[in-house]
Amino acid sequence: MTTATATATTEVVTAVPAAHRTRRFALTVAGLSVGIAVVAVVSLGLGQYWLTPAQVTGVLLQAVGIDTPWAPDAPTAAGVVLGIRLPRIVLGLLVGAALAVSGVLMQAIFGNPLADAGVVGVSSGAAFGAAASITFGVGVLGMWTTPAFAFLGGLVAVFSVYLISRSGGRTEVVTLLLTGIAINAIAGAGLAFLTFLGTTSTREQIVFWQLGSLNGALWQNIALVAPLVVVGVAAAVAVAHRLDLFALGERTARHLGVRVELLRVVVIVLVALLVCAAVSFAGIIGFVGLVVPHLMRMAIGPAHLPLVVASALGGALLIAVADLVARTAVPLADLPIGMITSLVGGPFFLWLLLRTRRRAGGWG
Amino acid sequence: MTPVDAATPATPTTTAASTVAGAVRLAARGVTVARTGSAAPALADASIDVRAGELHALVGPNGAGKSTLFGVLAGDLAPDAGDVLLDGAPLGGIPPRLLARHRAVLLQQNAVSFPFAVEQVVRMGRAPWARTPAELDDDAIVAGALEATDLVALAGRTISSLSGGERARAALARVLAQACDVLLLDEPTAALDLRHQEDVLRVARSRAREGAAVAVVLHDLNAALGVADRVTLLADGRVVATGGPAEVLTAEAIEDAYGQPVDVFPHPVTGIPVVAPRR
Repeated sequence: MTTATATATTEVVTAVPAAHRTRRFALTVAGLSVGIAVVAVVSLGLGQYWLTPAQVTGVLLQAVGIDTPWAPDAPTAAGVVLGIRLPRIVLGLLVGAALAVSGVLMQAIFGNPLADAGVVGVSSGAAFGAAASITFGVGVLGMWTTPAFAFLGGLVAVFSVYLISRSGGRTEVVTLLLTGIAINAIAGAGLAFLTFLGTTSTREQIVFWQLGSLNGALWQNIALVAPLVVVGVAAAVAVAHRLDLFALGERTARHLGVRVELLRVVVIVLVALLVCAAVSFAGIIGFVGLVVPHLMRMAIGPAHLPLVVASALGGALLIAVADLVARTAVPLADLPIGMITSLVGGPFFLWLLLRTRRRAGGWG
Repeated sequence: MTPVDAATPATPTTTAASTVAGAVRLAARGVTVARTGSAAPALADASIDVRAGELHALVGPNGAGKSTLFGVLAGDLAPDAGDVLLDGAPLGGIPPRLLARHRAVLLQQNAVSFPFAVEQVVRMGRAPWARTPAELDDDAIVAGALEATDLVALAGRTISSLSGGERARAALARVLAQACDVLLLDEPTAALDLRHQEDVLRVARSRAREGAAVAVVLHDLNAALGVADRVTLLADGRVVATGGPAEVLTAEAIEDAYGQPVDVFPHPVTGIPVVAPRR
């Protein structure tokens, strides 16, 4: 950077934190990527049919056409790793990225770090939509039916929360959380009614949605979820700079050239899209959108472009670890992953609430 | 505090004629804004010309319509009647991004939702210039704005760790970084101590000297008398008078508008009129 002598002294002061931030971002991305790779390989090997990380690597390399001595001879190994465990892990990574990025987006437009798809009821809305399509046996859109209904449910929920809880361009913590309680209650009543109406098999599916699980993930599911997540995250990256300006309040964002009304609608649709991608095949997995962006903000700061990227990776890693625990914590049992993320996320949410109260001197 | 030389506007779309001192940049013509649930409008048939090279102070008692007029000039409020024009073009018809390269707005409320560093917040002022040739000057302009607001030492701190006055200065620095030649400042001195009040007024004035059209809502009548080139006095949603500070802010006019008897007398050193309430 070449600078005039007049500004040289200030350049030193302003340039250092920026370079510092860039380095922290690079380290964070590298660390999360390595973490995801390690957890994925370990997770692929663990379970009733046990494989070493080397054997897993061998199977994976074999699948892409590279033969190594590591690959085990038994054909079941490839079947278990590629047919059962890999789709589950890939779905988990996609769901984690989608939930974490949806959290970043919601927090940006609400101007509030406590917004999360589960907390404010967007996940419940999406689950209600999905459950409705199952209970009433709607099949108009083929395999897209359930995701489409989840999208509609999520969209209605997130729009409602947005319209109800905002005043003067900002959202107070209390209003946001109370609105979330109400939306969760309404969607919960709907889900209860659908459970009551349904047959034994649809009931089972609805219960599965409420608990959240990656069990039984198929490659067909991933073919559906992956494009939604890729589009959602790419669009979040594209609007990231404008989201920074939202932190100054809506009026100021408008004064800086942001088409506030348009951006707001785009972000709300993105949130619904990402949440529906996550909920459609994995059910309600709470608190990922709350915990991950918060940790990432502490690590790399609040600027949205790096935050979206790091949160996508962080969410993927969190779900990968949570699913590993869900599969292996109790022998021969598959715990619901939503239970595990809530077990971690609930106390974290409490800590965040108390900290917010202490800092702000109240619940406002 | 040095004048913001680095923040000299680089507005390629601005015609040379519009920056000539005295040219009307931003104008409200016969603007009326209704008040919900009340027969009396918040603003009735108000007109104002903000000219290049002038610091134009908007003064008046609480509820006089200053904020409403400010909102209309900033484009936040659509008037129920009348026109708002920037360089002769209706404000509502200008795309937001283009508008943001011509006029910058400082509001009273400047909370930042997330713990951004001061330097990051100031850099947000450069957003309208992204992907334009002016982007190349971002670093120098941000540095200049930090210097002009006495924030160089705090550049790396997070906004949430600053005092109220420091936050207000960071917001002003962001507005300066926007490098616009129409500036709207809503009570920019409200949260500041004496020295920083004067610093802010000096910055506003120096931007006007460089050719910017500056409109400032002020509560401090002495500040208006001391730094403004032109004053508009509002009361009860109407423009009472517009003109030179000493002509508008007479003892009678102030008493009528505020309902408080005052003395106005020349300062013993500078000769500039001083307002003192009668106690």
